[in-house]
Amino acid sequence: MKRQRNIEITVGAFMLLGICALAFLAIQVSGLSLSSAHRDTYHLKARFNNVAGLTNRSQVKVAGVVVGYVTGIHIDPVTVRAVVDMAIDKDVDYLTTDSIAAIKTSGVLGEQYVSISVGGEPDMLADGGVIRDTQSALVLEDLIGKFVSNMGKN
Amino acid sequence: MLGMLQRLGATGLEVAAAFGRAGVLCWQSLWGLPDWRNGPALLLRQLYFVGVFSLVIIMVSGVLIGMVLALQGYTVLVRFGAEAALGQLVSLTLLRELGPVVAALLFAGRAGSALTAEIGLMKATEQLSAMEMIGVDPMRRVIRPRLWAGIISMPILAQVFNMVAIYGAVAVGVYWLGVDPGSFWSNMQKVVEFREDVLNGVIKAFAFGIVVTWIAVFEGYDAEPTSEGISVATTRTVVFSSLAVLAMDFLLTAVMFGVD
Amino acid sequence: MARSNWIEIRDLHFSHGERAILSGIDIDVQRGKITAIMGPSGCGKTTLLRLIGSQLQPDSGSILLDGTDLTTLDRGELFEQRRRMGMLFQSGALFTDLSVYENVAFPLRVHTTLPEGIIRDLVLTKLHAVGLRGARDLMPSELSGGMARRAALARAIVLDPELIMYDEPFVGQDPISMGMLRELIRKVNEALGCTCVVVSHDIDETLSISDYCYVLADGKVIGEGTPEAVVASENERVRQFLRGLPDGPVPFHYPAPAYRADLALGDA
Repeated sequence: MKRQRNIEITVGAFMLLGICALAFLAIQVSGLSLSSAHRDTYHLKARFNNVAGLTNRSQVKVAGVVVGYVTGIHIDPVTVRAVVDMAIDKDVDYLTTDSIAAIKTSGVLGEQYVSISVGGEPDMLADGGVIRDTQSALVLEDLIGKFVSNMGKN
Repeated sequence: MLGMLQRLGATGLEVAAAFGRAGVLCWQSLWGLPDWRNGPALLLRQLYFVGVFSLVIIMVSGVLIGMVLALQGYTVLVRFGAEAALGQLVSLTLLRELGPVVAALLFAGRAGSALTAEIGLMKATEQLSAMEMIGVDPMRRVIRPRLWAGIISMPILAQVFNMVAIYGAVAVGVYWLGVDPGSFWSNMQKVVEFREDVLNGVIKAFAFGIVVTWIAVFEGYDAEPTSEGISVATTRTVVFSSLAVLAMDFLLTAVMFGVD
Repeated sequence: MARSNWIEIRDLHFSHGERAILSGIDIDVQRGKITAIMGPSGCGKTTLLRLIGSQLQPDSGSILLDGTDLTTLDRGELFEQRRRMGMLFQSGALFTDLSVYENVAFPLRVHTTLPEGIIRDLVLTKLHAVGLRGARDLMPSELSGGMARRAALARAIVLDPELIMYDEPFVGQDPISMGMLRELIRKVNEALGCTCVVVSHDIDETLSISDYCYVLADGKVIGEGTPEAVVASENERVRQFLRGLPDGPVPFHYPAPAYRADLALGDA
C-alpha cells in the first residue's frame, strides 16, 4: 500500500508539473492577461483603396495604443475597394465620425496595423459605423518607383 | 506482374482489416461505463508508467533542443541586428511545431514501444487469455487504462517540453550570447497568442497522444504471440506512430495556421 | 434433474484461415469426472479448450455447457459463464505485475465484494492446498516453472469453479513437480467435486489420473474410452501415439519427393 501511495504522489506531481507548464506558457510566454480574454467590442468598417499586407487579427491602434483588431477583410464589388471590419473595445467610445483610418507599418519590416486618428466632430461612431476618411497602405514598391521616376525627371 | 498486383491487393486488404481490428479495439475498450472501483487505481498506475517514466527523456531533450534553437536562431538573426527577436522565434517554433511533434516522437519511442512490448508479452504468456477466463475483459482492464494514460500524459509532456526548452533557449540566448532578457521576453509575449499558439499546441499534443497510444496498444494486442512477433510489433509501433504523428502534424497545421 | 454430462460437444468444426483444425468432433465430459483429451502436438487440443472457454468461435457445431449453448451467448453472458470455469494455462499465465498473493486474490477482488479479511483467509487456504502459503509475497518471476503452475492452479480454483480445464499441465516439468501436479489434479477433483478436462500429450501421467479418455488426431476423435480400453485399443494410430512408435500411420517423414530424385537434383 505504501507503493501505491508513492505512485499517487508521483503522478500528482506529474500532473501539477503539466499545469505549471501550461500556466507558464500562458502567462510568461503569451503574456495572457485574464481581463483581456473577452472584452466587449463594437464593430466599425473602413474602406481602403489598398490594404496591402493587412490581415485578420491585425491590430487597431489609437495614438499607438491597441484598442481592437481586424475581424475581416473583403472587397466591395461595386466600388472595388477593400472593406476592413474592425472590432473596437466598448470603452473606446470617443471615435468621432470624422476620424481618419490609416494603414501603417510598425518599423520597416514590421507588421501592418490600422491607425485611427480622432477628429473634432461632436458625433461619435456607433456600432456598424463607417470611417469615411482613409489612407491606404504605403506600398514600398510604389514609393521606390516614384522616387526613381522623380530622379529621372530631375 | 499479376503476382505483384495480387500481393498489392492482399496488402491492401490486410491494411483494411488491421484498421478494422484497431477500430474494434478502440470501441470495445472505451465503450461502456467507467469502472469506479478499480479504474482510478489502474489509471494512476499507468499514468505513472507511461507519463512519469517519459518525463526525464522529455525534459533532457527539451533543454537540448531549446539550446540548439537559440544558438541557430541567434546566428541568423544577429546578421540583421534582430537578435531581440530570438524570443519570438524560439517560442513560436516550439509552441506550434517542435514541442508537440518532438515530444510525440520521443513518447512513441519511450512509452509507445514499452506499451506494445508489455501487452504483446502479456498476450504471449497467455495472461490476457487467463484474464478472459477469470471473467475480466482485458479490453477494459488492460487496454483502457493504458489508452487513457497515454492520452492524458501526452499534452502534459508536450507542455513540459515547451517550458523546459524555452528555459534552455534563455540559458543560451540570454546568459551566454547576451540577448537582453527584457526584449527577449517582451518580444515573445507580443507575438505569442494564447489561443492561437498555446492552445493549438495543446490540441496537437492531445491528438498525437491519441494516435501514438492507440497504435502502440493495438500493435501489442494484435502482435503474433511469439518473441519474434513482439519485436516486429514494437518496431511497427515506433515506425507507424512516428509517421502518423508527422502526417497528422501537417494536416493539423494546415487547419490551424493555414492561409485563410 | 442434473445432467450427467457437463459438457456436450456436437459436430464441432473449426478452421484457422484455410487450415481445418477441428473437423467434426463429438465429446462428452461427465460431471465430476476427470476427462483426458490426448493427441499429438498440433492436433487442436488447445484450440478445443479455447472453444470451450469461448475465446474462439466455432465455424459450426454446438458446445453445450451444463445445458447452455455457448455459441448463442453474447459477450456479457459469456463473461458470466466463464466465472463457472477455471483454466490452468500451459505457461501458468500469472499476472507478472502482481505478487502470488494478489494473483490468487484477483478473481475474488473482481467478482466479489468480500472484506479483506475473508479474501485473505480464502487465498491462504488455496495457497496452502497447493503448498505455496509461504511463497505468497514472491513475484511470479521469482517462481520456478512448477511453482508458477501450482500458484496458477490456486488462482484457477479460488472461486470454486464447476469446471477446471488444464492445458498441458505436465509439459516441461521435472519428475517431482510432475508428481505434485498429478496429485493436485486428483485432489482438487475429489475435494471440490468439480469436473475436470485435462489436455495433454504426456500419456502415462494423463492416463493415470483420468476417468475417461479421448484421443485426437488431425482434427478428429480417433479413439475413446476408459484408460484401460484406450490402451488396449486395436486402432493403429491410437497405438502409435500411446506407445510412442516413431513410424506408423503418422509417417516419420514429412511429405517430400522421392529421396533418390531429391539427392540427384543436388548433383546436377
